[in-house]
Amino acid sequence: MATVELTRHLHSFFPALAEREITVQGATVAEVVRELEQLAPGLEFYLCDELGRLRRHVNVFVDEERVADRQRLSDAVGPGSRVLIMQALSGG
Amino acid sequence: MSERILVGTRKGTFIVEKQGGRWTPRLAGHSGVGVNFVARDPSTGTLWAALGHGHWGAKLSRSTDGGATWSDAPQIKYPAGARYLAPPEPSEDPDAAPAKATVKSATLLKLWYLAFGSQGRIYVGTIPGGLFTSDDGGETFELNRPLWNHASRGGDLFEGEGTGDTHWFGTPASEGEFAPGIHSIVVDPRDPDRVMVAVSTAGVLETTDGGQTWRSRNAGLRMDYLPDPTAEWGHDPHFVERCPGDPDHVWMQNHCGVFYSADGAASWKLVSAPDQGVHFGFPVAVDREDGRTAWLVPGKSDQHRTTIGGGLFVARTTDGGATWEDLREGLPQENAYDVVYRHALDCGGDAIAFGSTTGNLYVSDDRGEAWATVANNLPPIYSVRFG
Repeated sequence: MATVELTRHLHSFFPALAEREITVQGATVAEVVRELEQLAPGLEFYLCDELGRLRRHVNVFVDEERVADRQRLSDAVGPGSRVLIMQALSGG
Repeated sequence: MSERILVGTRKGTFIVEKQGGRWTPRLAGHSGVGVNFVARDPSTGTLWAALGHGHWGAKLSRSTDGGATWSDAPQIKYPAGARYLAPPEPSEDPDAAPAKATVKSATLLKLWYLAFGSQGRIYVGTIPGGLFTSDDGGETFELNRPLWNHASRGGDLFEGEGTGDTHWFGTPASEGEFAPGIHSIVVDPRDPDRVMVAVSTAGVLETTDGGQTWRSRNAGLRMDYLPDPTAEWGHDPHFVERCPGDPDHVWMQNHCGVFYSADGAASWKLVSAPDQGVHFGFPVAVDREDGRTAWLVPGKSDQHRTTIGGGLFVARTTDGGATWEDLREGLPQENAYDVVYRHALDCGGDAIAFGSTTGNLYVSDDRGEAWATVANNLPPIYSVRFG
């Protein structure tokens, strides 16, 4: 099971995901996002656009690595991985 | 007299109500979130808000308890296969052949405007250039495909490659891109099948058959930035509104002046008065009963986009734009840098309200004769609607 940590910004829109450990079975980032959508309907459209692409100002890390495939979210997620979903810092 | 004003701002939704005879604002939701537009559906009483989250995209929000609580509505999404023509971008390949346009897949960039039909239909105007409608109270929305596939924007890109040429250009309001947007939706109260939309930048289109076919409604408009000022397409209406009690009377604040139509937009007439500063601006409000009466908040030219001479005023006509009076009582006349966006002026009967980019909200209870400053330090104001 991988664990998922969300920026607190998302907790304000999806309070059901706050203050709990989120564990998922997905083997790719895309599968993880689909599982999160089951837990919190609507979350997927916060993270991705209609084409399934990661939104420009959203960052996802698997352990220490920023995901490479923002188009299809095919990056692998291991059983012990930590998946971080953050807002991208755009500078300023 | 309307007793409630809904205000969309860069940092949340505010509700302004009369308390002890004074208009009093309060934060009513979406704290910290950009709210492009807020309005009440008169059929159901539901409040609708068009949100623009910086990181998380555009979202539709609604309240069924008068703004006490809000929740995400079913979201508007472009259907699979929706594509549009955009201005070409410079290629990384120095040998690339020149292209008239780039084909882009449509994703929701912005929810810009909502309108409500007499039979409960909800309309949403979006960027890039979409008109979405709902006939089930907002549970589902559908893209109007005849407008999306209109010949003026290059034809049907769902089924084929279209003509490769578009007359719909972009707006800088596109959240980082440059795509066309629908900011005005005007339903004829006599006939819900008759709807006009205004597009930045293309012009006005009208349907008279419930959205199955669309035609241009740009005769009489002029522009000063294309070789042919009277071309059918390329116009930049900033906002279009019609008189609900006298629906053949339609008003437009355009990039290139103020236009008025007394024949349902079949023909437009330039009614600017540049010597009085009545020419450039974004919003227009129309009286609920008298189609010849309208209000504007003019600004100083498209190059400046400031008040004129540092003084804020509202311009009013009661004769279809033949003459204009400037209304200044109660409005700042020195060092005012208020700019009023296209959705931030409204007529609620005798009450008129507008809000500015500098977070000021002004209300008149006597049709603009005198103004009260209701708030000075709100976030930049995007929309003001009675409801």
